[in-house]
Amino acid sequence: MTRPPEDRDLRDTALDTGQEPDALERRLARIWRTPPGLVNALSTVDHKIIGRRYIVTAFVFLALGGVLAMLMRLQLAQPESRFLSPDLYNQVFTIHGANMMFLFAVPVMEAMAIYFVPLLVGTRNIAFPRLGAFSYWVYLFGGSMLWIAFILQMGPDVGWFAYVPLAGPQYSSGKRADIWAQMITFTEISALAVAIEIVVTVLKQRAPGMSLDRIPLVVWAWLVMAFMIIMAMPAVVTASSMLILDRLVGTHFFNPAEGGDVLLWQHLFWFFGHPEVYIIFLPAVGMISTMLPAFVRRPIFGYLPLVMALLTMGLLSFGLWVHHMFTTGLPRLGESFFTASSMAIAVPAGVQIFCWLATIWLGRPAFRVPFLFILAFFFTFVLGGMTGVMVASVPLDTQVHDTYFVVAHFHYVLVGGAVFPLLGAIYYWFPKITGRMMSERIGRWVAGLLFLGFNFTFFPMHILGLQGMTRRIYAYPAEMGWGGMNLFVSLCSVAMAAGFLLFFIDIFRSARHGEPAGDNPWEASTLEWATSSPPPPYNFVRIPVVTSASPLWDEKGSLPVVSGLAVNRRELLITGMGNATPEVRETSPQNSIWPFFAAIATSVMLVASIFTPWAVVWGAIPLTITLIGWFWPRGTPEDDS
Amino acid sequence: MKHRIVADLSGLPLHGAGSSSQTWWGTLAFMLIEGIGFVLALAVYLYLASIAPQWPLGAPPPDPWPGTIIAALLLLSAIPNWLVGRWAEAQDLRKVRIGLVIMSVAGILPLIVRIWEFPALNVSWDSNAYGSILWILLGLHTAHILTDVMDTLVLTAVMFTRHGDNKRRYGDAQDNALYWYFVVLTWLPIYLCIYGVPRL
Repeated sequence: MTRPPEDRDLRDTALDTGQEPDALERRLARIWRTPPGLVNALSTVDHKIIGRRYIVTAFVFLALGGVLAMLMRLQLAQPESRFLSPDLYNQVFTIHGANMMFLFAVPVMEAMAIYFVPLLVGTRNIAFPRLGAFSYWVYLFGGSMLWIAFILQMGPDVGWFAYVPLAGPQYSSGKRADIWAQMITFTEISALAVAIEIVVTVLKQRAPGMSLDRIPLVVWAWLVMAFMIIMAMPAVVTASSMLILDRLVGTHFFNPAEGGDVLLWQHLFWFFGHPEVYIIFLPAVGMISTMLPAFVRRPIFGYLPLVMALLTMGLLSFGLWVHHMFTTGLPRLGESFFTASSMAIAVPAGVQIFCWLATIWLGRPAFRVPFLFILAFFFTFVLGGMTGVMVASVPLDTQVHDTYFVVAHFHYVLVGGAVFPLLGAIYYWFPKITGRMMSERIGRWVAGLLFLGFNFTFFPMHILGLQGMTRRIYAYPAEMGWGGMNLFVSLCSVAMAAGFLLFFIDIFRSARHGEPAGDNPWEASTLEWATSSPPPPYNFVRIPVVTSASPLWDEKGSLPVVSGLAVNRRELLITGMGNATPEVRETSPQNSIWPFFAAIATSVMLVASIFTPWAVVWGAIPLTITLIGWFWPRGTPEDDS
Repeated sequence: MKHRIVADLSGLPLHGAGSSSQTWWGTLAFMLIEGIGFVLALAVYLYLASIAPQWPLGAPPPDPWPGTIIAALLLLSAIPNWLVGRWAEAQDLRKVRIGLVIMSVAGILPLIVRIWEFPALNVSWDSNAYGSILWILLGLHTAHILTDVMDTLVLTAVMFTRHGDNKRRYGDAQDNALYWYFVVLTWLPIYLCIYGVPRL
């Protein structure tokens, strides 16, 4: 492609002649846009489009997982129920758990990061955007595989953590456990890809002046989350690969008869599984720290302790995994250590709560819907934290292990600790994504129904657990006396389902008919509100300069920006890791169809390897070809300038 | 919001090396992920060894020669690797081309020797848990070399096209060299584990 010589490094300064007021915007839009058409839709690397797809897909999985939950509540509403067969019930609770953890909770937190990290740090696209596209397709295909398998009566039925020997070759014939293991591979590949994008974007693409102490807290939280994904996920990939090998080619990792060990599985799984909880929880608390100032009209209290709390929790979460294994007969000293560390993590969690309370105390709260969800979070999460401290002690855990007490505990921390803040964040950022407000009136109903519905559904489960009702049973005899409480729980779960239904209705309604939001409907202080809603393909006409931790509040009149970036190629700023001083004007990759093809090749290889180990060999050939297509330079200004 | 321009960044370089390059950071992140994978595999090895009544389980210790030859080959390859990195930094196209051809060969050689290393383990993956973890360790490292050799071959091909003489490609060559050091370094603890621990 030949260009006129002056076009080779055309910069925005050259368009400042004042003759055409929006010449710069049009030029940038042409360079960064995703043209219409199916191929272009599959090729886009715009982090906002990929992030939006990711969020929508994750919520579809949430709804599907919710349907399974309702099926279980229907089954348990009365004793000796025959609504679901035991076999189907096993699949339903396994897929409910696996789906909620691997296809909803972790991906939705990454998805929010894909959409919002570049906007919050003031850059034009995420780092390695093609990796983001690849990640989305792998996630979509992996999630679909699990659900298609379920429809075909091949759904995993070994619990969401697939303990051996139950999941091993001896007790799980057929392909159900393999579907679970390969679903893990899919979701972990996609999560690791996103983690790399987040790390590099946050470390190297922050707007000039956004030094470490000016990074929005939610971005800190996503950074810690990304590092935790990088440290924790290889453990579960290792475990699930070993499981598949045991099942497919006769290795003996988990076979005690040949020198293997079943507890090895639990160690590997929980070395991932416990950080996993914090991978979900930290972004949620980051969202609260970032949303809260907008609703109490003052900067967050205790920025530094909050960052320290995030880092401490990230670190400590790797020292807790054995508290999932207190009943396996490990040495007493080891158990004491893990009890201590499990209780220690309550300290940074408590520091956060007090910082938020101080922020609210010192501010002027406005009780809008996102703030209501934050309040719902406080109440629910603190209760979940309390039972967490309880089950951290070995004698108590021994009593309630594998009962509904634990089911209640982890739903309190996961729904209270992550889903409520997330829903608040959706109400908060929906206007940025769509340009329209969600309904304040419906939102209050949603918050109320979910808060009451949740607490009335899950609180009685503590009592059921103490009364001895074990988890994962498909039916119970009437003589146990659990019938009344179970019926109450099932009825209250309908209120919760109604809350979610109303939420989805509000989303659909508001996306079309919501009130126009404007750039900054909450008068918030962070950079994403400095651009239009929805943001243009290039995010910011000019890259902002950050002079404080609340840039839009402290720069009231006008936003300081830089000029001099190219407008003839996708270009963004690389800045220093500590102080965000500008280092380089770097290119950002063009749209490409190859990540989509690479994801198809990966999926074919992974699914086929459930059936034959040779799939890894022949499946590598198309994968290699697609990767070469992905990385081969095209002679565009982005590749070869 | 209204804008006020406070700085003109036209003068910034158009591509950075080292810590100013995104690919450099991406390479580090990949090394971190794979490094953790190796650490976990080694941890599983030691865990299984710690619970076994004797180690190695039901097999003589592995024959160390093929693995030692590979260790020597990998350590030697660090020299041309270091040179390629320097030539890429100096943006010397001719030397980078030669260097990458050498590195492609240097990557393929240990893969050939490895054909004899698997039988030298003296145990099959399906004999017992000891055999399983041995094959996994060796398989992981083989996949590691294989992917880097593929990467080097493609990069070599690119350097012989019109896209080669470009700052960005020299940066890729430097990152590729960085990654090869990682491949060499990871072999040393695995080598010590496979051949050393059974002889303790």
